Amino acid sequence: MAKITFHGVGIKAMSACVPVEIVYNKDLGYLIPEEEIEKTINNIGIEQRRIAADDVMASDLCFKAARQLMADNDIDPGSIDVLLFMSQTADYRIPATSCLLQHRLGLPRETMCFDITLGCSGYLFALSTAFAYASMEGINRVLLLDGETFSKIVNRRDKVDWPLYGDAGTATLVEKGDYGESTFMLNTDGSGENVLKIHAGMRNPITADSCVEREQEDGNIRNDLEVFMDGMDVFNFAISKVPKSIKQLLKETGKTIDDVDYLIFHQANRFMMDFFVKKLKISPDRVPYCIHKYGNTSSASVPLTIASELAGKLDGVHEVMLSAFGAGLSWGAAIMQMRDCHVSPVIEY
Amino acid sequence: MNLEQFIENFADLFDETDPDTIKATTQFKELEEWSSLVALSVIAMIDEEYDVEFRGDDIRGSNTVQDLYDRVQSRVE
Repeated sequence: MAKITFHGVGIKAMSACVPVEIVYNKDLGYLIPEEEIEKTINNIGIEQRRIAADDVMASDLCFKAARQLMADNDIDPGSIDVLLFMSQTADYRIPATSCLLQHRLGLPRETMCFDITLGCSGYLFALSTAFAYASMEGINRVLLLDGETFSKIVNRRDKVDWPLYGDAGTATLVEKGDYGESTFMLNTDGSGENVLKIHAGMRNPITADSCVEREQEDGNIRNDLEVFMDGMDVFNFAISKVPKSIKQLLKETGKTIDDVDYLIFHQANRFMMDFFVKKLKISPDRVPYCIHKYGNTSSASVPLTIASELAGKLDGVHEVMLSAFGAGLSWGAAIMQMRDCHVSPVIEY
Repeated sequence: MNLEQFIENFADLFDETDPDTIKATTQFKELEEWSSLVALSVIAMIDEEYDVEFRGDDIRGSNTVQDLYDRVQSRVE
């Protein structure tokens, strides 16, 4: 069981950047029958999403978020010891995008950089990695950049995925300091590999045929380089694992749901989050949503929700819980005492 | 669990469909209001009311409300 506890490390600051272009789900008439659009929007809770231009990558959104964070908090680039980049939409297969960002952000050559890739649960796993490095002797600051541009890997004629996904980049600065206890519980079930998948890669080599769009289940159009998701199985996975993982974390840390000031969910869809809120009996005003504005931004959705909804609200001490789940299958929850975390408002690229 | 209650729980998931028209023999995918989102609410209802993990294949493999009920009942502890 991966239950990890940290002391004396925490999140100093956070920021987020979204593309300037807004796509409205009310304009999805080409994909969904007009009479069902309003109902779909109400159910998934997504009115609009931000979509990156062709020449804007997750790394660009993260770069801008990082610059904002460093400016707002007067952070010397030379003080960052580790740079982590968590994404499923990196710039290249080689080299790691974190290396490009080290150079672009003007971080010293002594900075340790590497990429992490996982599913929508990725922020939690990457944040635990950031906390782990920040706990080590010799490391004071870790900059975690988590960004995704799913618009580049989702087919616009896939009615399961296209109405959901939006793009965003975020930055989280983790450092040693006078922080209380943080506990992460992280889980994996690889038997669910086919529930959320991009088929082409190394095992199924990319050929010219991989780029051919084909009609798939229920009339959805997709090529082999684009995301497939079995919505019903993901839903089943999430409702059976997420509330349990939160209850287990509370039990292990001797806390109750009433101790939690804010519970931030991966913004998968509104229907699902409402289900969790009901099941956990947590007061809805402690569960911030930004899905109506930005959609599901995959692993970036947890830090984006904090930047969007909690800017200026994390002064003082707050008990904050994070919960995320996604491809792998992979899921987890974390609870931490946040102290004077400076959250910059969301900026645009 | 009983079938009557299950049908009632199932009918509650629809906004516009008259609950009285839903019977054990109803081919639920033929209902005008049926959609992938209603399918998610079926999965949620079965989790909440019966504590049974219902998968996409369970929905795909069922045609009538009775079929759903039988699959749930076979897994109720």
